[in-house]
Amino acid sequence: MSLAELICPAGTPAALRTAVDAGADAVYCGFQDATNARNFPGLNFTPDELAASVVYAHERGAKVLLALNTYPPAGKVDLWRQAADTGARLGVDAFIVADMGVADYIARSHPGSRLHLSVQAAASSPEAIRYYCENFGVKRVVLPRILTIPEIREIRKEIPCEIETFIFGNHGLMVEGRCSLTNYLTGQSTNMDGVCSPASDVEYKRHEDGSMSSQLAGFTIDCFGSDEKAGYPTICKGRYTASHRPEGYYAFEEPISLNLSRLLPDLIDAGVHAFKIEGRQRSKSYVRGVVSTFRQAVDDIRAGRAANIADLVALTEGQKQTQGAFETKKWR
Amino acid sequence: MSASPDTFFRATGPAMPVLARLSCLIVQPVLNRVVRRIARQHPSLFARLGPHQGTDFVIDPVELPFALHLRPDPQALLFRAVPRDAAPEAGATIRGKFMLLLELIDSEEDGDAAFFSRDLEVTGDTEAVVRLRNALDDVDGSIAEETAEMFGPAGRAILARLRRAYPT
Repeated sequence: MSLAELICPAGTPAALRTAVDAGADAVYCGFQDATNARNFPGLNFTPDELAASVVYAHERGAKVLLALNTYPPAGKVDLWRQAADTGARLGVDAFIVADMGVADYIARSHPGSRLHLSVQAAASSPEAIRYYCENFGVKRVVLPRILTIPEIREIRKEIPCEIETFIFGNHGLMVEGRCSLTNYLTGQSTNMDGVCSPASDVEYKRHEDGSMSSQLAGFTIDCFGSDEKAGYPTICKGRYTASHRPEGYYAFEEPISLNLSRLLPDLIDAGVHAFKIEGRQRSKSYVRGVVSTFRQAVDDIRAGRAANIADLVALTEGQKQTQGAFETKKWR
Repeated sequence: MSASPDTFFRATGPAMPVLARLSCLIVQPVLNRVVRRIARQHPSLFARLGPHQGTDFVIDPVELPFALHLRPDPQALLFRAVPRDAAPEAGATIRGKFMLLLELIDSEEDGDAAFFSRDLEVTGDTEAVVRLRNALDDVDGSIAEETAEMFGPAGRAILARLRRAYPT
């Protein structure tokens, strides 16, 4: 059986402590800049905060993974290099990277460091994954959320590194690391600036009939009826009208979250080494609830017991959940 | 039989403007003490607010007869109760049931989940709200309980009663 490490999100030092206390094997986090894909206002860590957080986690047997999982624009790599140097100095346990240049810099400058390949690299074939392993010494790949469990099992046989899969949270199936929808409307890049639907461009409007519209950069991307559950203001989850669909329809994806709680034994059996919980932008309440639930589930499975998993639907986007492609490619 | 806190807070009709102003006068000294103590105990809050230290937040607990006006400027902190008809123009407004707002402050509830369920409503400058949420979320412990502690056994009793009156 694989170790089935639980990899948990932390958007603030308090969230990191919450995750560690709730049973995280490792916590992933980022600096307050464009070097990570959750570069949201008021979120993330200063170097001093990260230093104290690494000490806190290590004293309790948990690891800290530093997300440097955005792509430096040409000629602007210094920010990513400095972040890598700082992370190495502070003793983070691994770097989560997407860009080959960042991976190469860390492999050369900090040769003892462990590299994980971010989902933002969108490496979904054995050939792509092996390339990163052979050239940069990547030790673990975070797989895109587009593969079935049988496909994961087959990939595992053909790659020399560990596999990490998302098990809960955001269910974004755009080709990860390649989505330019936010950039198209706002001029800011999810992949290079680390912002998907930047809050500064988001506006919610309440209407007299109780409905609420969400706008990004002045474009309406959804309007929720008074009794409807809402989703994030992301273009990929938007509901649009068109001449042939005047009632409005989800052109890309629906507001819905991934929840693989019932597939954990199958994932372990397929050779998955680590389970990732999405949500660095979420609150301590979310971190506490989701991490403790999955901690108990993984411990139950390791002990040979049936996992009794609490209902987490109240924490899901649109209050809907799916097993997505992990269950079947026909999930939509 | 005395009115429950719930019926008191939901009073409407002609008496409402008077009730709102009276309520504001009663709670204002408490709010002053609360906000100064929080600022003293949790100075790191302000760094996460960044450029929104000067933003006017209107926090609107829908069942209470008044709203709250917060300007989290560390040099000139402002936290006051205001009748809704006298609320300032808000940079951002956060609206929901009182106990939900209290639990969001304490990270006992998740703001995104409350938004998804439509129990929490946000209008105005979304970045300001996100910064405030992240700043509060980085506070360890319970601001509600710290506040109750300031007023000793009476404060703790009031908090307990509020939690009973507004189960989540």
